[in-house]
Amino acid sequence: MTVDEWLSAAETDAQRRGLKDLTPLLRTLAKATAALRAAEWNQRAAGVHEDPPSRAGSE
Amino acid sequence: MSDAWNHRQIRELAPALAGGEVSPVALTEQVLARAAASPLNAFTTLLPEQALAEAETAAREIADGHYRGPLHGIPVSVKDLFLVAGAPTTAASAVTARTPSPHDAPVVAKLRAAGAVVLGTCNLHEFAFGTTGEDSAFGPTLHPLDTKRSPGGSSSGSAVSVAAGLAFASLGTDTGGSVRIPAAACGLVGLKPTAGEITCAGVIPLAPSLDHVGPLTRSVADARIVYHAIRDKSPSPILGKPTTGRLGCPRPYFFDLLDTSVRVVTEQALTRLTDAGWLVTDTPIAHAADTAVVCLHLVLAEAAAMHAEGLEHQPEDYTQEVRLRLELGRYVQAEDYVRAERGRQVLTAAVDAALKGQSALALPALAIPAHRLGTEAVDFGATREPLRNAMLRLTQLFNATGHPAVSIPCGTTPDGLPVGLQLVGRRHQTDQLLAVAEACEAVLG
Repeated sequence: MTVDEWLSAAETDAQRRGLKDLTPLLRTLAKATAALRAAEWNQRAAGVHEDPPSRAGSE
Repeated sequence: MSDAWNHRQIRELAPALAGGEVSPVALTEQVLARAAASPLNAFTTLLPEQALAEAETAAREIADGHYRGPLHGIPVSVKDLFLVAGAPTTAASAVTARTPSPHDAPVVAKLRAAGAVVLGTCNLHEFAFGTTGEDSAFGPTLHPLDTKRSPGGSSSGSAVSVAAGLAFASLGTDTGGSVRIPAAACGLVGLKPTAGEITCAGVIPLAPSLDHVGPLTRSVADARIVYHAIRDKSPSPILGKPTTGRLGCPRPYFFDLLDTSVRVVTEQALTRLTDAGWLVTDTPIAHAADTAVVCLHLVLAEAAAMHAEGLEHQPEDYTQEVRLRLELGRYVQAEDYVRAERGRQVLTAAVDAALKGQSALALPALAIPAHRLGTEAVDFGATREPLRNAMLRLTQLFNATGHPAVSIPCGTTPDGLPVGLQLVGRRHQTDQLLAVAEACEAVLG
């Protein structure tokens, strides 16, 4: 899920739960999450292996 | 009894108690009376009968020659997040019950075993989830030097009790800076030991992977006394007692956004240390600018998990600001929590690398002096930061990485408000950090 998709879903859910004051906080969190995902050291967590394991031919 | 002892350090008071010059009972009566009359809202529960009974026991034991050590007969306070026998554990929240705890948290039991007299429990930012002490079911804690200002938090009452002469030491908790921030704002020493050195059992958690227990005191020597009494393991080795050494100063990020007066006082302190023979060198911490986003995802997700039941069944009982932050944590995605954990590893390695060849890292503990109550944002030149971000900026990294860190007073602003210098040591070398801090304290006086 992209950050934009997450934010849209979270805002909708917060509104449904009557937590409209959460909206600005969710937007701040979205910026922080985008920065977290963009951190150079996070390539591994994003699914890009620095040292791809050798698994050819195996399950 | 003269009130001349009320602002003394434990290390000064202990010999007088051991020698019978000062009575634990008279001392306890005096601080209880001061605490009851104080307008600063530092305590949530005072335990006068229990404390006096403990003081009488201490007096008897000391008179009989059974002196337990430097905490024997010393009145102390405890943040209202710890189980304290006879007092409700409220976390300064309407969410919690008001039933007295039948027993102590292990660290409180250790304080009592060392002979300390527990006066009562201290006000805090609700559930320790804030940096000011303003969001509390008991009302805000007020700064001893200016009651229109905050003492910082979340261990606000703990800091005020020690700074105002209502206790000689206090136990606090530190998840993003909640011992070091109020210590800096109130002119005290605040120690966050290495992660895992002191058990958090019997303490209401905020974010378990970031939570630490630590003392607030009037000197480094006093912090060491309390730390030694409550830690779980035997002392870490001290590699000599330094009088000088090398201090790494991580300027990028940590000196980027500072109140002007804090910057001036900090630079003056570093100059005084240099003049005293310390070698202070610029030592950046790699990836430090990622600190806030890493810590935010960790603390929000963990705090939301801790409060899931309360949010379901008693949402209206939280203060509004705390409730919203807890609700926010429910929206952190698992994949981003994992990314933040990866960030924690990277940052831990970066702090380890910065410490190579250094006695400690030296940086401010708090970017602003004690703020006026109700402040929501802080201006650093053209940059406006939410107050919470500004207050957590310099301390929270070391909660994520687990390195020991201590704030010591290093001067005051032109308005007379205290400024704290933060020293950071190697993991599992908290005693060595305290030795460095004591040497720096001797210079900064």
